[in-house]
Amino acid sequence: MALAARTHRSRNPIAAEDRIAGWMFLLPALVIFAVFIIGPILYVFWLSFHQWSVITPEKPWVGLQNYRKLFSGNRDFEIALRNTVWFAIGVVPTQTILGLLLAVLANRKIKGKTFFRTAFYFPSISSSVVISIIFLWLYAQNGLLNAVLHRIGLPTPTPPWISNPRGVIEMALGSFGIHHISLWLAGPSVALLSIMMMNVWTTMGTMMVVFLAGLQDIPPDVYEAAALDGATRTRQFIDITVPLLRPVIFFVLTLGIIGTFQVFDQIFVMTSGGPAKTTTTLAYLVYQEGFGNFSMGYASAIAVVLFFMILIIFLIQRRIVANQEPM
Amino acid sequence: MEATATAKPIVEHQPVTPTTSRVDLVLKLVAYVVLIFVALLMFVPFIFSLATSLKTSQAVTQMTLKNMLWVTNPTTQAYQVARHANVFRWFFNSAFVAVIWIIGRAITDTMAGYALARMRFPGRNLIFLIIISTMMIPGIVTIIPKFIILQKLHLLNTYGALTVPFLTDAFGIFLMKQFFESIPIELEEAARVDGANRYRMFAQIVLPNAMPAVTALTIFTFQGSWNSFLEPLIFISGSKPELFTLPVGLANFHQAYYTDWPTLMAMAVITTVPMAIFFLIFQRYFVESQTSASIKG
Repeated sequence: MALAARTHRSRNPIAAEDRIAGWMFLLPALVIFAVFIIGPILYVFWLSFHQWSVITPEKPWVGLQNYRKLFSGNRDFEIALRNTVWFAIGVVPTQTILGLLLAVLANRKIKGKTFFRTAFYFPSISSSVVISIIFLWLYAQNGLLNAVLHRIGLPTPTPPWISNPRGVIEMALGSFGIHHISLWLAGPSVALLSIMMMNVWTTMGTMMVVFLAGLQDIPPDVYEAAALDGATRTRQFIDITVPLLRPVIFFVLTLGIIGTFQVFDQIFVMTSGGPAKTTTTLAYLVYQEGFGNFSMGYASAIAVVLFFMILIIFLIQRRIVANQEPM
Repeated sequence: MEATATAKPIVEHQPVTPTTSRVDLVLKLVAYVVLIFVALLMFVPFIFSLATSLKTSQAVTQMTLKNMLWVTNPTTQAYQVARHANVFRWFFNSAFVAVIWIIGRAITDTMAGYALARMRFPGRNLIFLIIISTMMIPGIVTIIPKFIILQKLHLLNTYGALTVPFLTDAFGIFLMKQFFESIPIELEEAARVDGANRYRMFAQIVLPNAMPAVTALTIFTFQGSWNSFLEPLIFISGSKPELFTLPVGLANFHQAYYTDWPTLMAMAVITTVPMAIFFLIFQRYFVESQTSASIKG
């Protein structure tokens, strides 16, 4: 078969040339990919079965020990997993719903559409470090947020936002006299919630721009027909907009979940994982174990687990989108 | 759908139009109020940061809500402190690194994208699949091996660590491939008749016509480079502040002087302004590519 293809192709000089030129054109990119992306992926798997403390060159094989350490009641890993899951549960639906609502509002003949789009999109292209520093100042005891809350007569948390380790669900239940709830049910801490709110503020605009593009693909006559049928605005939104936007919604949700599962910059700058580890996410734990405690093998095992979590989310999304009937 | 078509004549004489336009007007008003409110919400943190950067550290400790977003006696004191903390060296590093990323990707991504779009050779589809799959791998997953590899190459704590691993990227290759598939093949065929080989065809015909896509690629690369944090944080040791990029320098300064808000905000402003200018000039590209990425996704 290969031979047949070859004799057939050799009649066309450019096709024969491509067999070599193709690889030559790819070569510069492939070298970088091999050394800095494909290589590291294989390497991180290899490292996760070894022990390495950076100081000595020896990397002894330890089998599944790093993984066993993770899954046999390791408190730090469980806390990081809990924080990451709460982060995703809090942020992903909020940014998706707000993004969709903003897009629906902006998807009409209004003045300054470009201005709004620019304004909403800007935070997502700004440096995450800059935004983290600005919000640290915003959340400070004598910062802007507390000043606004004081002015309108609302209570402010003590200790202030970013240094408050109390779980928000725990606090809410506490006011009904319910105490002593489990690690998972305590909810995200006020500190983690502060970072979550910042994250929603940053990504809401991106989601809006994506939804706006999706909305513009829906032909207006679909709505006209529904309006003639006497369908209310709400019915139109539920029965037409949402179903037609389903692929876009799935895209935004996947983007959101994958994004929230790798939150690092904000944690590093704002809290270093504290207070009381309540903002330590999985990505931050990889950094802490690897470059703080120099347990490179153990950190690699966490990285591998994170990799598979994201892979599974990605595959589930692909499956759902593939199963959808074409509209 | 069919139901709608048959129902149409029956409903036609009902007074649909006046009520819808009234609802429309109310909705439009609601839209304006909400959009303006959210736009303010987006600007307030940046205004707060700019206002703080123009104050003294003493003034910042005793502020009322009113003067938090306003400056009565502006001073550049914070910018002087930032200058002494070497912020312009970090600025230079960030700009230099961005230029290298842009040049590198303009070469590797266009070449790879062209090969994947136009050439037929064994293994092409597999290579494309592998490149695309790497897009979903978070940076944190591969950071430890990257650190070790750079150490072995003696590139840690050099500009090499800030640039070499980033001289190509999957998204850019994807972007260029899409572009080359969308342009007509006639020019290349004409060149082929003239006896040009692939290399000459690429350099003389394809590349000069690819400038819009290269512009988009440049914008994305600049954004990625200017804001990148995890890698420069890990690859440059804290004892080499002369190699810090702006985000790393800013994070580092914060850890040392965590309540010097005016200086921190001055550095935040210095980091944000180039990106803001860039964004205002090229905002069409940002929004469009976000859109095309989502439709393909």
